[in-house]
Amino acid sequence: MASLTIRNLRKSFGVVEVLKGVDLEANTGEFIALVGPSGCGKSTLLAMIAGLETVTSGEIYIGDRLVNSVQPKDRDIAMVFQSYALYPTMTVKENMAFGMESRGVPKAEQEKTIARVAALLQIEPFLKRKPGQLSGGQRQRVAMGRALVRDPALFLFDEPLSNLDAKLRVDMRTEIKKLHQRIGKTTIYVTHDQVEAMTLASRIAVMHQGEVQQFADPDTVYNRPANIFVAGFMGSPSMNFIDAEITSSGGAPAVNFPLSGGGVASLPLHNGVADRAQSKKVILGIRPEHLSRQSASNSGKQGFATMSAPVEVVEPTGAETMAVLKFGDREVVGRFSPDEAPRTGEDMPLAVDMTRACLFDPATTRLI
Amino acid sequence: MADAVYGTAAVEDREAGIASRRRLISRIVIYGLLGLISIVYIVPFLVVFLNSFRTNIEIGANGLISLPQSFRLDAWPQAWSDFCIGGQCNGVARYFWNSVAMVIPATIISTALGAINGYILSKWKFPGSEIVFGCMLLGVFMPGQIALLPWAFTLGQIGLANSVYGLILVHCIQGLSFTTLFFRNYYVSIPDDLLKAARIDGAGFWRIFWKIMIPLSPPIIIVTVIWQFTGIWNEYLFGVVLNSGSNQPITAALVALSMSGTTVRTYDVMSAAVLIGALPPLLVYFFGGKYFVRGLTQGAIK
Amino acid sequence: MAMAGQAVSAGTSTWDRIKKWTPIFIIAPSILASFIYVFVFAGWTFYISLSDSTLLPSYGFKGFENYVSLWTNRRWSVAYNNLLFFSLFYVTISMAFGLLLAILIDQRIRAESFWRTIFLYPLAVSFIATGTVWQWLYNPSSGIQFLVNSWGWTDFQFALTSDRKNAIWAIIITGIWGSAGFSMALFLAGLRSVDPDIIKAAQIDGASWFRTYRKVILPTIGPIFIAVAVVLLQFAIKTFDLAVALTNSGPGISTTFPATYVYDFMFQRGEIGQGAAAAMMVLAALAIVLVPYSLYLVWRRRREARNG
Repeated sequence: MASLTIRNLRKSFGVVEVLKGVDLEANTGEFIALVGPSGCGKSTLLAMIAGLETVTSGEIYIGDRLVNSVQPKDRDIAMVFQSYALYPTMTVKENMAFGMESRGVPKAEQEKTIARVAALLQIEPFLKRKPGQLSGGQRQRVAMGRALVRDPALFLFDEPLSNLDAKLRVDMRTEIKKLHQRIGKTTIYVTHDQVEAMTLASRIAVMHQGEVQQFADPDTVYNRPANIFVAGFMGSPSMNFIDAEITSSGGAPAVNFPLSGGGVASLPLHNGVADRAQSKKVILGIRPEHLSRQSASNSGKQGFATMSAPVEVVEPTGAETMAVLKFGDREVVGRFSPDEAPRTGEDMPLAVDMTRACLFDPATTRLI
Repeated sequence: MADAVYGTAAVEDREAGIASRRRLISRIVIYGLLGLISIVYIVPFLVVFLNSFRTNIEIGANGLISLPQSFRLDAWPQAWSDFCIGGQCNGVARYFWNSVAMVIPATIISTALGAINGYILSKWKFPGSEIVFGCMLLGVFMPGQIALLPWAFTLGQIGLANSVYGLILVHCIQGLSFTTLFFRNYYVSIPDDLLKAARIDGAGFWRIFWKIMIPLSPPIIIVTVIWQFTGIWNEYLFGVVLNSGSNQPITAALVALSMSGTTVRTYDVMSAAVLIGALPPLLVYFFGGKYFVRGLTQGAIK
Repeated sequence: MAMAGQAVSAGTSTWDRIKKWTPIFIIAPSILASFIYVFVFAGWTFYISLSDSTLLPSYGFKGFENYVSLWTNRRWSVAYNNLLFFSLFYVTISMAFGLLLAILIDQRIRAESFWRTIFLYPLAVSFIATGTVWQWLYNPSSGIQFLVNSWGWTDFQFALTSDRKNAIWAIIITGIWGSAGFSMALFLAGLRSVDPDIIKAAQIDGASWFRTYRKVILPTIGPIFIAVAVVLLQFAIKTFDLAVALTNSGPGISTTFPATYVYDFMFQRGEIGQGAAAAMMVLAALAIVLVPYSLYLVWRRRREARNG
């Protein structure tokens, strides 16, 4: 059963169209991440699901109830805000009780629920404190606690981790994942951080310019991105894009692109992808980790192409080493393990994993 | 080697000496200037304060600005209940109570309205609410003279002419612009997420106001109350034009009092009367100085 | 799509719709009152200024005659000349004094709040009380002149309030005394808002104390200067209480101000029409100051928004 169904949802502020017909659905227990750059409409979409923004046109169903004009409090949702939005004059306990009081939940039941949630989130020691006396991570927990006491049909998270420092963010990410696995509530999670989306979600909706570009599980979004935007947005460092041309020398299809030395690189293609291309001109997408140093183990391997390219900059990060290479006049980033890392100035012999490479149509930017 | 070390130490010492002497001189200049200017500020207050305890004969002989040779309290009760103002010899008490009866309700009502208006104009915006706010802002700049005749006429029509209630109404409406402005600007800085969270929690217009906004408001309430209290207490124009005789507020009485000194001036009693008239806002200032200044700067730089 | 739109309105209950209007119902009386106060009252006074009202308001239309007789009245020319003269010295000297005090207090002095309390207390006192007391101090036979004479300097003369030519200075001095603390408070708030890193950078660049203020700190608080000037000008145009308490427009008519002129003509002389015309002039003077200022504020906000 679907917990949330959105059909052709549109939102305009005056003449500005923020959402241009969004379709989305979340099955019960699913964790959906809405990800995209700022201004893509993801937060507006979440606010509309919450009932904090009006619907210009389209339909939002929570369960099988049309909620377009239902008040936020009657939608059976709970929300965690980026700024936490804890009521500063109330104690942690009062914060958690506020919603239940509004709904007229009996006192005894309030106490029981708060005790249960506080134990779950390990915030019992702070119940009597005010939000101002808590650290960022503690506030984050309280904000989740306030949502959890509701036991809603739908959890909404609006960039809940973006106000935390890097280390805490990773810890809280793990906690949110654990929490979701434990209580199994349908969750809609807005973030601009693609790593958060990848690690947490069962399905990701990548948004851009008011449209859902791709809605699929993390593996598909990462490995078979629907278009150049999704390919470039998901993954860091970003996927490399190279203008190339399809050729078939003796029946074996390949992509060609010029090299800086004056030669031409010709990488063989597989899986009949060349037949699907509309034109000869394509954009070849290669993720940084699919470049590696030529070695005995990979040079003759099925699906691997070989070439060489000059190394411009080398950036070791410890666990891995990034290098900027020149493919013709294009800069291409490669991700190598430290023991196969290139030296600056080296003409590096490369093995390219063509089974993982993507081809995009330059006219439509879609995946071929 | 050792010499060189001592040498630089000596230079450092000398430089430190020059620096500390320069610092000392600049401190003397700073405190000297501040002291000098504060004399100009304190003297007028001291003159009134001390003269209210001196005999009028002594003031006549030694002038207003001199150290007291005598001490008596007679001037205070006289100013309070016996002194003659405009033919009536009942002191300033009556006018003082008029001001009290005017300032308390006017302050409370205008502050309460400002809070609710500011809440609506910042958190429950409706089409045209910005324009509405702009129009209310104009009221801040309106000179009282423009409204004199319309007020006199309106108060006459609704039966509040020459009454303290009339002045309460005038000050409530005149103060509405200021109080709305204060609260609106304060509430704008409260994050909207807080209200969204409250709406999801099921709170409506009034519950959000009472449970979330008001608990956050004590600073701005104090600022507004102080601003309104001092402003209304010290107001003169409406008091003298709209009310007459024994219905006037204290400011109007003080003017009448200093004008009526046709014969010998009774500086002792007049000093006590001026102090009585200035005391309530001065007390507010001394106890709520921080908020008073905040109101001033906020009222000025919108 | 039209179907979906209908579904929206069908789902809204009557109660929800009433609640949506709650804020507007609640604020409506305040809006109405403000509207009457700002527009109806101003329009009313404007209408009276065009009427033949004398002792009592009457509504016979007489065009701009009141304005003509206002501008040919010698007393009115005294009034606006006084306002110009007063504004010039009152605003500039109050600002200079306020800035000096603010800079002095900004030097990490001890007991800062004590000093501030001294310079700001006149703001809590009505101009009526202040004016009354200063009137005594200006009185040659008991105030400042008496004091200096008693020190042995028997030729010393300081009788501003009884001197036609110089009585305006009595109002200027007292006005400055009352308002310098106000400009100090604003300037101090400005000085405190300057990014301390900028000051440190100037010190590392070897700028002297004086140069740091003149070239680095004061230019960054330029907008405060304009704000202070505008507020003080507003005070100047509304000057009424102080003139009444200090000199009561005298000696003769020498310290008449536009605001006291309005009062005199409306309520002392029974020339309501001309008093209303003078009141409109006061409003016009305020508009001359405030309209450009608000445009400047809008312009600055836009520029800041553009520069992000």
